[in-house]
Amino acid sequence: MTSQIANCGRDYVWPDNDLRVIPDWVYTDQAIYEREIERIFHGPTWNYVGLEAEVPNPGDFIRSNVGPTPVVVARAADGSINVFENRCMHRASEFCRELSGNAREFICPYHQWTYDLKGSLIGIPFRRGVGGKGGMPADFKMQDNGLRRLAVTVHRGVVFASYSNEMEPFADYLGPEVLREFEATFDGRKLKILGHYRHSLPGNWKLYHENLKDPYHATLLHTFLVTFGLLVVGNRSLMLADKSGRHGVMASAKSDARALSGDSKKEMRAYKEGMTLNETRFMDFVEEFDSPWSVTMATIWPNLIVQREMNTLGVRQIVPTGPHEFIMKWTMFGFEGDDEEMTRHRLRQGNLMGPAGFLGLEDNEAIKFVQDGMQRVPNGRHLVKLDPNTPAGTADTLISESAIRAMYAHWREAMAL
Amino acid sequence: MSADSLRPAHLVANDRRLEALLLQREFEEFNAAYAAALDEGRLTDWADMFTDDAFYVVISRENADRNLPVGLIYCENKGMILDRANAMKTEMFAPRYLRHIIGNLQVLGEEPNGEMRARANYVVVQVLLDRPQATLHQVGVYYDKFRRVGDRLKLAERRCVYDNLLVDNALCLPV
Repeated sequence: MTSQIANCGRDYVWPDNDLRVIPDWVYTDQAIYEREIERIFHGPTWNYVGLEAEVPNPGDFIRSNVGPTPVVVARAADGSINVFENRCMHRASEFCRELSGNAREFICPYHQWTYDLKGSLIGIPFRRGVGGKGGMPADFKMQDNGLRRLAVTVHRGVVFASYSNEMEPFADYLGPEVLREFEATFDGRKLKILGHYRHSLPGNWKLYHENLKDPYHATLLHTFLVTFGLLVVGNRSLMLADKSGRHGVMASAKSDARALSGDSKKEMRAYKEGMTLNETRFMDFVEEFDSPWSVTMATIWPNLIVQREMNTLGVRQIVPTGPHEFIMKWTMFGFEGDDEEMTRHRLRQGNLMGPAGFLGLEDNEAIKFVQDGMQRVPNGRHLVKLDPNTPAGTADTLISESAIRAMYAHWREAMAL
Repeated sequence: MSADSLRPAHLVANDRRLEALLLQREFEEFNAAYAAALDEGRLTDWADMFTDDAFYVVISRENADRNLPVGLIYCENKGMILDRANAMKTEMFAPRYLRHIIGNLQVLGEEPNGEMRARANYVVVQVLLDRPQATLHQVGVYYDKFRRVGDRLKLAERRCVYDNLLVDNALCLPV
């Protein structure tokens, strides 16, 4: 059977070299997943690991991940932010077990090997043995056995790490157009952390990017938006892809449902004239950003989503755990200087997003349905053919999948497939 | 002179224990009706168990322990609770059975404004029709404030603090 051949890793040929058709093995194959970890997450990419505001003081740390690999993000006494693997150099124990905290140093609980806040090895009990017997070899060098450290860059309070030491500067990595949207959200005000969501998602991690490079689904899946006239096909919108194809920004501007034409209403079966919210403040948009868009969803390759959904703001970190599942860690924030009413507005509007959000829960369900569909049919392939006039890249219509095609142009290059 | 002082002390003590038992029993009945409304998908009935100014939040223990306010569901009044109930009728999610189990109820005391504080442990068990087994979807604690409105007991506040670090995909219905 050809499916067995594919699963043995002998046949990874993209059908007809055509980006408008995606083979299911891209999402379901263990060997592909492992290659992604090696070539993408541990390769030449800037991976989101946290926000500076999560580690404001020396000694503050959080647990995080680069791809599936556990890391610690710690602020040292000199104010620097350091990212290193959460894996003792001695017996590989994942030594840091708290989600966050403050520490002077990290001590592995198994044999008390001790590391400083930059990951340097600073202590080994009984290094010289006892009574002249035992201990570490004489030629063992502490300075060569620090924790595996990653390159770090911080942009507007957002912390990224890389296994590659030859990364381009972050601004070049994003490209000017995506950088502009990134900086519209992180506009220089100091962030105030409002809390986290964490959830698992039984689908391939790339489906999360694709969902946010697929503006087509927004008015069709998310009937909540349409029912209450909050997003309509006629809204001004843009699906931006950077030059490399890996990053994207889905953007739209809030408009009035009353302006909607009869034809568009017919296509959107969920639209209900006169449906209103009891709590109308919920959908208010307080202008606070230098941007023509009221909503932007930025997909920063390979593991970050920046959500600016009117006034509810957050970052989402993708942590892949296998071809069929990933974990999402969301960190919701406001800004220092927000008054109590603004904070509450952000929290109220937060009901749109997260794993119980009116939009968020539907995305999670849809991604699960896609993964389920791909696991049941051997040698399946599926379609991303919308908007043929834009083969790959930025689209100025919601009815497009050109940004998904752009992502796969990049993915194939990164994966050498 | 109060009526109590005319009664023998052991009977007064008995009265108080009976009163506490009745209150405990009343809260337990309330929670059983609350669970049934959610398990049967009667979300308007569920929303009606809150006062007009009720605060309802489903929040991770991670956030609650750090005084971070973000909730999976965050409602500042009954209007928002009703909006949630109405929205869920049009939301897209896979069919499922839910079972809310509420126990270990403790009456914690009375606030100066007459509201009664209580806490109870809860678990939510979920069965998806395409996955064979029931899974533990949430485990947590309700921190409650009850208030009498006319002859009905209502929730003026329910903070659902869940222990599980990860939400399994999505929380589609309230807790």
